[in-house]
Amino acid sequence: MQNANKSPSSRVPEQKTRFWHDPAKRALAFQILLVLVVVGFVGMIVQNTLNNLESRGITTGFDFLSQQAGFGITQTLIEYTESSSYGTTFVVGLLNTILVSVLGIIVATALGFLMGVARLSNNWLVAKVASAFVEVFRNIPLLLQIFFWYFAVLQALPSPRKSIELLDTFYLNVRGFYMPQPVPQEGFGLVWLALVIALIVSYLVIRWNAKRQDETGQRFPAYWTASGLIVGLPLLAFLVSGAPLEWDHPVLKGFNFRGGMTILPELAALWVALSIYTAAFIAEIVRSGIEAVSKGQTEAASALGLSQGKVLRLVVIPQAVRVIIPPLTSQYLNLIKNSSLATAIGYPDLVSVFAGTTLNQTGQAIEVIFMTMLVYLTLSLLVSAFMNWFNSRMALVER
Amino acid sequence: MSDLSKVRHEMLPDLPPPENTTGPVGWMRRHLFSSVTNTVLTLFTLYILYILLVPTIDWAFIKADWFGETRDACTSGGACWVFVTTRFSQFLYGFYPEELTWRINLAFILLAVQLVWLMIPKLPFKGIVSVLVLFVYPVVAFYLLYGGSFGLDVVETHKWGGLSLTLVLAVIGIVAALPFGVLLALGRRSEMPIVKSFCVVYIELWRGVPLITVLFMASVMLPLFVPAEVTFDKLLRALIGIVMFQSAYMAEVVRGGLQAIPKGQYEAAQALGLNYWKMMGLIVLPQALKLMIPGIVNTFIALFKDTSLVLIIGLFDLLAIVQAGLTDPKWLGYSVEGYAFVALMFWIFCFGMSKYSQHLERHFHTGHGSR
Repeated sequence: MQNANKSPSSRVPEQKTRFWHDPAKRALAFQILLVLVVVGFVGMIVQNTLNNLESRGITTGFDFLSQQAGFGITQTLIEYTESSSYGTTFVVGLLNTILVSVLGIIVATALGFLMGVARLSNNWLVAKVASAFVEVFRNIPLLLQIFFWYFAVLQALPSPRKSIELLDTFYLNVRGFYMPQPVPQEGFGLVWLALVIALIVSYLVIRWNAKRQDETGQRFPAYWTASGLIVGLPLLAFLVSGAPLEWDHPVLKGFNFRGGMTILPELAALWVALSIYTAAFIAEIVRSGIEAVSKGQTEAASALGLSQGKVLRLVVIPQAVRVIIPPLTSQYLNLIKNSSLATAIGYPDLVSVFAGTTLNQTGQAIEVIFMTMLVYLTLSLLVSAFMNWFNSRMALVER
Repeated sequence: MSDLSKVRHEMLPDLPPPENTTGPVGWMRRHLFSSVTNTVLTLFTLYILYILLVPTIDWAFIKADWFGETRDACTSGGACWVFVTTRFSQFLYGFYPEELTWRINLAFILLAVQLVWLMIPKLPFKGIVSVLVLFVYPVVAFYLLYGGSFGLDVVETHKWGGLSLTLVLAVIGIVAALPFGVLLALGRRSEMPIVKSFCVVYIELWRGVPLITVLFMASVMLPLFVPAEVTFDKLLRALIGIVMFQSAYMAEVVRGGLQAIPKGQYEAAQALGLNYWKMMGLIVLPQALKLMIPGIVNTFIALFKDTSLVLIIGLFDLLAIVQAGLTDPKWLGYSVEGYAFVALMFWIFCFGMSKYSQHLERHFHTGHGSR
């Protein structure tokens, strides 16, 4: 019996492990094989592509970016003319994508939170209406919703001459929603300065309040003070400096309006559809986030004598937010990616002006698609990084 | 001692609850009018519903026209469903030759029968039916839809369209993406650094870009990637794009399922001396698959809605064929009817599947960690 405790190697003659029985070597061999296959596959694709491009007479490279684009874009956030370069169309498209994404995220978040809370309302009718909203809009393809708002609703609006008027300053017609544009006059800088000062002071007040509450437990209405400062101080500066602001009103000239600001119907349709579609998903996330906070928390808070509103604001929502943020991030990313559907109705976003018109005019498919995909990847990574940072700030601090 | 004559000797029956706490009245007091705010909310919601629903029902049903041949049949001033009813077969089958549509019907009936068989828990031979669905059915369906053998005429894919094309794209997209997804998920959880990083890059790359750019890539760049002699069908190109894209999402679903399996299962399998593939194939994946089914159904719903994007590269799925019908000069101005029809079709499929997936989630909620 004692012998059995001796190490087996002393009894069994040293046997050389076969190559494929050694996990480490096998893993190495497998990975080398994988690298070879991938490199070979990519090499084949590159070779084929180069051959094909040569036979079609397309030169590769990014020189086309400095060529003149020669086509107009209906909505540009930076200066752009037909003589601008393809590089400028890229920037214009990118900015338009960012614009509709930011607008969509704001409205989708607000509407989604509203609907998510409404689904949990103790009012039966409100809860049912909210869940009908969610079930209807998240089960219909986004592209169809965009088409509906664009072709069925906005294209049915009257022509510019028969515009729907509101207070003689706002006009709604098939070409868009027209409103006066504020034109800052000399001395308006003071208002901006006041706004900056108000923001800084508000930040300091909120920090001072948080610190004082930690130390003494006393609360100061910091958020009301901050809101008052942010609205009041610039208003005061505006009045003191003699109201240096004029409005550029839209005027009907011929068949169309001139002047003022316009929301294009393409932007409006995309904005509405993206917001409602994403809001339906966000509502579900908010609902499950709030339901994830255990009932004991609500009961304990009520037992401490907090009012209904304070229970929600101080106990339930801060805990729910931790559950909500990660899936909310992926909804924001979805919204950014979905904004590329703009190309179907002609809103000049990145895919539409760059991967669409520019690609067709230059034929530089590889470079254009590569740049477009890279932009979306970068946007996704940036948003994830920001939301991860936000998440880590909100995360539960444990011992 | 005590005078019992003033004490009641028998129990009195319970009084009925107050009138206004039971029945419909009590229900309404509790659920609709419990406070001033709630009353205001209820009345406001009722008002909104009234101004939204009444005209809609009036338009869609009461004043609607259902039958006819041309738009002249639409005289009542409400919805003109004639647009949908006259083109109904085109919306379902696209430009598929009319005398051959039985082939599409047969293919989808076969699929439906097999799926229903799998969904009903009591029916036997689940294993055989699964093998049929995964390996035999695709071949049968290919010859039924495309033809080219067994005396069936070839129907080129550019004639495919409508709801049947939508279903073809979604079903092939999900079924073909599943094996790639499993491999990618296994790779992502692998201990081999190169394999792992390769899988992570692949998954994050495709998940970071919109499907439109993938479809653009598939339709514009794919022909450049292969030797000039090889040509791809437009449908095949779209499918390649969808499968590449979808397998990344599928990989994340599979990974979620794999992560939910307790470590003890892996260790027990290794202790029994199973190698990697046997451990995965016999112990881990069968358990993980059960957990993954709701996730797979949810991905399928997302893909089903996303198939409408193929319109942008010129395939005629359900939405695209209705959109094309709307530009017909004979039928201008009936876009709401067309979109309502498409929305209803998509909604029925997606809502049904999401209810099924919720049912599965409850059904499977017996496994690990919840005891």
